Amino acid sequence: MSTLNEHLRVLRFTLRHMLLTSNASLLNILIIGIALSLPVGGYVLLKSVQTLGAQIAGAPQISVFLASGTSAGEIDHIGDRLRQHTAVKRIEFVSRDAALKKLQQSTGLADVVAGLAQNPLPDAFVIYPKDGSAAALETLRDELKTWQHFEHVQLDSAWVHKLEALLDFGRMAVAILAALLSFALIAITFNTIRLQILTRREEIEVAKLIGATDSFIRRPFLYFGLTQGLLGGIAAWLLVAASLQLLNHQIGALTQLYASNFSLQHLTPIDSLTLLGFSAYLGWLGAWFSVSQHLWQIEPR
Amino acid sequence: MIKFNQVYKRYPGGHEALKNLSFEVAEGEMLYLTGHSGAGKSTLLKLIAAIERPSSGGVLVKGQNIRSIKPAAIPHLRRNIGLIFQDHKLLFDRNAFDNVMLPLQICGFDHRESAKRARAALDKVGLLDREKANPVALSGGEQQRLCIARAIVNRPTIVLADEPTGNLDTEYSNEIMNIFKSFHQVGVTLLISTHDESILRQFPARALHLKKGELQT
Repeated sequence: MSTLNEHLRVLRFTLRHMLLTSNASLLNILIIGIALSLPVGGYVLLKSVQTLGAQIAGAPQISVFLASGTSAGEIDHIGDRLRQHTAVKRIEFVSRDAALKKLQQSTGLADVVAGLAQNPLPDAFVIYPKDGSAAALETLRDELKTWQHFEHVQLDSAWVHKLEALLDFGRMAVAILAALLSFALIAITFNTIRLQILTRREEIEVAKLIGATDSFIRRPFLYFGLTQGLLGGIAAWLLVAASLQLLNHQIGALTQLYASNFSLQHLTPIDSLTLLGFSAYLGWLGAWFSVSQHLWQIEPR
Repeated sequence: MIKFNQVYKRYPGGHEALKNLSFEVAEGEMLYLTGHSGAGKSTLLKLIAAIERPSSGGVLVKGQNIRSIKPAAIPHLRRNIGLIFQDHKLLFDRNAFDNVMLPLQICGFDHRESAKRARAALDKVGLLDREKANPVALSGGEQQRLCIARAIVNRPTIVLADEPTGNLDTEYSNEIMNIFKSFHQVGVTLLISTHDESILRQFPARALHLKKGELQT
């Protein structure tokens, strides 16, 4: 009497059953795969955009532009004060001359800049705060605004927060989609198992007469749900992988124009395992609901 | 082994299938249940296998009271009881061999051991050469014998047979009764319901006669 042998036997039986009804099984697996690939695809896209956002944003920083005519001594004094501030990690001073040079080099506006009669740029400090959270940044910004000689204080990471909010919105949309389609997966399995129970009614009755326990009768159906869910998850993974391949091919052409190496990243091994585990679990759950709903109705008479 | 004590069975709707039944079956005994169809023979057998429960009175099977048996205990009770049905209840989606394998799989026997036992059971009922056949392809007598092989394959201590010779001619009936006789000889408790008087003459044993749900003495 070996439990492992029994489970292997049921697994073999399940796979053979799937092969025998390969058309119906394939259709079910494909439907589950498509249903799952939508939220998974959304998740992958969001993750890539998030990575892109982090790459561009780097660490959050505050730029402070000084009023014109601030003397060198005053600038030194301000620098010391900033360095001693508890919320500041480090600062960088960008003189107006350095800023002009940088502008000349980076943007190809050399001609325009050369044509200027005088340097229109102010001296500036770039401040890297210790705490990168939105609240801390805003407190620091508001404090700096009250300092003398500061003409303009700019929180450079504001757009990151906007992106973050947008990503949150996207995440919520993906979560809702995932929840709805999970229910769909459970419903698909529920119905498949219901039909199986109906067609195998006689066998269930006979098995009960011969002394089968409820768990013995339940087991093949649960295995079927589990296997179908797992194969559906694999189908979803393949669909997402294929779609990403196609999309990345297109993006390649696009990013070359922008001199960026952005590409959509496929699921990490852990994400992939989570997907497979989750889809298998949902299949099992659908089968379990179906079996508990329908099996007790079959009693030998 | 089996003890009925003032057993009544009423079905919903008021039909009284069994009235005030009291009798005992000793271990290893062979016992006939006779009576017309509708006399309550099948209901009596169903009570022993816990397919039905008595409305009142006590049914003891191997010390277990069927009236109060827990649903979880029923499968284990049934593994000790070989059931033989008039309509065979064979599964037509698998061959004869796999039909006989089913009770062994249910009990969780290892495959090799099961296969050995299944072949022994098929041999006992003379169907070893038909193990690959689908039950549909078997004759009525062969189907009945296959049903018997399935009932005895995990060596139950009690065998209940409901009209096992019901639709069979004399030659097949005798074959099947000879199989039962061999079970009786190895100590199996046997309850056989029948309305065929000739069997009783040929294979004599104690008989309970039922009439409209009551025991006739």
